[in-house]
Amino acid sequence: MASKQPENSLLGPEADSQRTLYPNVTGTSVVALKYKDGILMAADMGGSYGSTLRYKNVERMKAIGKHSLLGASGEISDFQEILRYLDDLILYDNMWDDGNSLGPKEVHNYLTRLMYNRRNKFNPLWNSLVLGGIKNGEKYLGTVSMIGVNFEDDHVATGFGNHLARPILRQEWHENLSFEDGVRLLEKCMRVLLYRDRSAINKLQIAKITEEGMTISQPYSLKTYWEFSAFENPTQGAVGSW
Amino acid sequence: MFRNQYDTDVTTWSPAGRLFQVEYAMEAVKQGSAAIGLRSKTHIVLGCVNKANSELSSHQKKIFKVDDHIGVAIAGLTADGRVLSRYMRNECINYSFTYESPLPVGRLVVQLADKAQVCTQRSWKRPYGVGLLVAGLDESGAHLYYNCPSGNYFEYQAFAIGSRSQAAKTYLERRFENFADSSRDDLVKDALMAIRETLQGETLKSSICTVAVVGVGESFHILDQETVQQMINAFDIVGEQEGPAAEPDAAAGQEAAVDQGGSTGEGAAPMDI
Repeated sequence: MASKQPENSLLGPEADSQRTLYPNVTGTSVVALKYKDGILMAADMGGSYGSTLRYKNVERMKAIGKHSLLGASGEISDFQEILRYLDDLILYDNMWDDGNSLGPKEVHNYLTRLMYNRRNKFNPLWNSLVLGGIKNGEKYLGTVSMIGVNFEDDHVATGFGNHLARPILRQEWHENLSFEDGVRLLEKCMRVLLYRDRSAINKLQIAKITEEGMTISQPYSLKTYWEFSAFENPTQGAVGSW
Repeated sequence: MFRNQYDTDVTTWSPAGRLFQVEYAMEAVKQGSAAIGLRSKTHIVLGCVNKANSELSSHQKKIFKVDDHIGVAIAGLTADGRVLSRYMRNECINYSFTYESPLPVGRLVVQLADKAQVCTQRSWKRPYGVGLLVAGLDESGAHLYYNCPSGNYFEYQAFAIGSRSQAAKTYLERRFENFADSSRDDLVKDALMAIRETLQGETLKSSICTVAVVGVGESFHILDQETVQQMINAFDIVGEQEGPAAEPDAAAGQEAAVDQGGSTGEGAAPMDI
């Protein structure tokens, strides 16, 4: 070998084993919406190890600074890494000790740069992130994917939530939802995800962020109904062996 | 200021605990042509005197836009000022790119001050010979800062730097309590009056001064000559003497060369004020 790379370099043949190729422990959908006083976000507490629902107490939503709330789906260890980056960011922001602080818009854009730069190095953080918050009365809700695609909207979701929850939200979301209506709407989305997403578990948390701060509910489960007549005797009338 | 054996090196203290090279750098600021700044709750106005060396040449640019919400007026070695403006623009644009938000002016000023301090503690560097009046908006409102070569920075309601700035300062001291609630136009008027004070009786016209404004809902921009001349005419201050100018500084011309016939040799070092 002509040149020797330092051991922790990402270049050269040795480095390929260190790049992210596939996720290992993953979280499923996050759903969030803007309501009258701020942002509501919901995520279940499951961490899947492939197709096994292995970890059932994973908190996938965390407060960032005074004004923001981050929810993540995808690789849990990468989410923890992102929290470390944001910890440093908020720390340095606080150390200035002036009247300024990073709001949700700034954090969202920082995350976009982070995710996009990692994607460019072919070593992505395997997450889809939801960043919501409120600062000086202005509500903010955005999302960033693992390849750096980012946008803001009145309601966002990751993964299966995009396919199952967003259509419901498009129909039923409106400005200035009350807290109770917002929670009801999120629970409706999470129930559909629970029925239809095999990586979902029936143990979820709902987080709220307002000017006063962030609160996250205790884990709870949704009521489900399995007595639909179509599900009784599911194989009746089925032809074939599969 | 007298030459002595402790003033060759910026990293040499004098027995009285002073760094003479830094103080000499502050002298360079005093030799530059005047720059003034004043602010209200929502707007900041920067103004400067622009004297060209000869009729044939153009005058030096002393006011720089750093970002939509920040601008700077300089006095002293304009070359140093240009370089620092480039640094400030770079910092602002990098912050904007990462956070899609304007860099708070208070933070930029601290970064600038830390940069200046480095030059006071390296034997292979020299202090920047330029004073900067930084005007900017952030979350907490309108701000005016003064950054000096020593690495200190101060926040002001109104200030003036450069040659004959004492005259402008006297004028501003009389009026500053009203500035917070001034309208934008009144603020510009006060800036023009302050500039006039530094001219020692010379007629104020828009060809020898530059005025810039930044405020809530108004990006930093330099007012064009016509607008400035109209304001001068409208406020009827051409040729009018509102009060005797303060004692002229010992400073000579507008060049930024360090002059030896200057001010105090004893007393508190300027950077400690």
